[in-house]
Amino acid sequence: MIGELLTAQVLLGILTSGIRLATPYLYAAIGETFGQRSGVLNLGVEGQMLVGAFAAFYVARRTGSLWLGVAAALFVGALMGLIMAFVSITLHAQQGISGIGFYLFGLGLSDLLFQTLLGTVQTVSGFRPLAIPLLSRIPVLGEVFFNQNLLVYGAYLLVPIAAFVMDKTTFGLKIRAVGENPEAADSLGVNVSLVRYITVTLGGALSGLAGASLSIALLNVFQQNLTSGLGFIAVALVYFGGWRPWGVLAGALLFSMVNALQLWVQVLGLPIPSEFAVMMPYVLTILALVVAVQRVRPPTALTKPFVREG
Amino acid sequence: MVGALCAVLVGLSFPDGPALLVVPAALLAGMVGGAIWGGIPGLLKAHFNVNEILSTVMMNQIAVQGMNFLLIGPLMDPVQLQRASRIPQTARISPAFDLPRLAPTRLHLGTLLAILMAVLVYILLWRTTLGYRIRAVGLNKEAARYAGINVPRYIALSLALSGALAGLAGAVQIYGVNFRMFTDGSATGFTGSAGFHGIVAALFGQLHPLGTIPAAFLFGGLLVGANKLQRAVQVPAALIVTLNGLVVVFVVSTELWRQKRARRRVIERPLERDETPLTSTPPAATGQEGTV
Repeated sequence: MIGELLTAQVLLGILTSGIRLATPYLYAAIGETFGQRSGVLNLGVEGQMLVGAFAAFYVARRTGSLWLGVAAALFVGALMGLIMAFVSITLHAQQGISGIGFYLFGLGLSDLLFQTLLGTVQTVSGFRPLAIPLLSRIPVLGEVFFNQNLLVYGAYLLVPIAAFVMDKTTFGLKIRAVGENPEAADSLGVNVSLVRYITVTLGGALSGLAGASLSIALLNVFQQNLTSGLGFIAVALVYFGGWRPWGVLAGALLFSMVNALQLWVQVLGLPIPSEFAVMMPYVLTILALVVAVQRVRPPTALTKPFVREG
Repeated sequence: MVGALCAVLVGLSFPDGPALLVVPAALLAGMVGGAIWGGIPGLLKAHFNVNEILSTVMMNQIAVQGMNFLLIGPLMDPVQLQRASRIPQTARISPAFDLPRLAPTRLHLGTLLAILMAVLVYILLWRTTLGYRIRAVGLNKEAARYAGINVPRYIALSLALSGALAGLAGAVQIYGVNFRMFTDGSATGFTGSAGFHGIVAALFGQLHPLGTIPAAFLFGGLLVGANKLQRAVQVPAALIVTLNGLVVVFVVSTELWRQKRARRRVIERPLERDETPLTSTPPAATGQEGTV
């Protein structure tokens, strides 16, 4: 039974779908990394993803243009991020609880719009796999890495870009300063609120895109609660990744590989009840959190609103 | 869900037992189940500093899968096994165990039990040493540690207690309303998102156990009303979920003004001696007695 799992073809399948499944986690978790690095915990990722997924699906279906769908997802995600920013930065709301509020709002709103505008589960022809010339011809590796759809490539491109912005640019330095010691950053003339507004809005846009990657690139459907907890896992991955884009990538890949493995266990009909297989990634996440939290320290000012004294 | 499962197990295992014994045992089993499930994130939070919001979300998903497994497998209604439809639900618990209803309404005993619990929690949190310590840990972890309180223990304990009450909620839902357990495969099938709405109700009641009573009735009314609306004039019930989300956001957003008002009050009226924080009297006790 273990032998069945270890055939080359199955391993290849697990790798290919693992790489693909990591896409929504990557977008959402990278966006969340920016927010948390600047000191804002956004637990509404799930809600932003749902609304983004719906917007992308609806626009793509109506206009026939996938790119307009992506734009719509980015826009509504950013809008929700902006509201979240206003509530948590300007109004100093408790971030954990307002995030749950945004989750419920997104869950309800996407379901409401789905029922009134679409009614039934429909499909859309999403992004197709796009083979990269030459590279996709490499045996084995080509199939795994270079025959995916555009949003998948985008997610992996985002990782080095995010790492570069965070570690090598002035803006990244400001983000980290604001997240570690907002008072010091403020006294050096950094606009704390502005930096946080930008990161949270950016995080919202990326969460929206993560939703779009589900509804018009991976699954090509929209239904009630499409993301089913994926956004919360993305937040957990930020902790797991130690608030660094490359760490997030490692976490997302690990998680999605286990998920892909779980799918193959079901496909092959191994004698493990599918419910236990579905449980595996969640158990793994909890364990990963236990390990990850010991290793690195979160940004000092995380969840703390900044109030200028005097 | 774990609480409901444990309660159903008791009810189904002793179909001929005396109701007076089996029902309390089942409700208790529900509480124990909930306490264990809530205690795990509690321990993780206390000893490994794992964010409880994230771990509980994961625990939710694990519970859903466990429930699906049991309802499709070992616990499936024997009647459904015979049929082709195979609806994933358990057998009906013996009608002798149904919680009595308060004629002429459809209210069942569980509602009274819930109000009783709210009062008990109030007494526990505001009238006992244990409750004082729990609140101290919540208000200021460092200060509580200096005062010699075992912070991790009380964090784990409070999450286990809240798990126990959530388990009771599941058990009451079985014995008072559904009389069996069923699933549609998702997290919200059986409970109808009652858990998340419970968070909203708690906030709305200003995180005060007595305040949650009117808040819970308000939201219960909203949800039932939403279902009625959906049937009567086709307004989707999802609207209420959306509004609930907005309520949470608005409630936490007003925190700033509440703080500002409180600060103004302190400035206008100099601190009195019994208002000094961290003396032996519970910080909030003076204000609370006035409102109760």
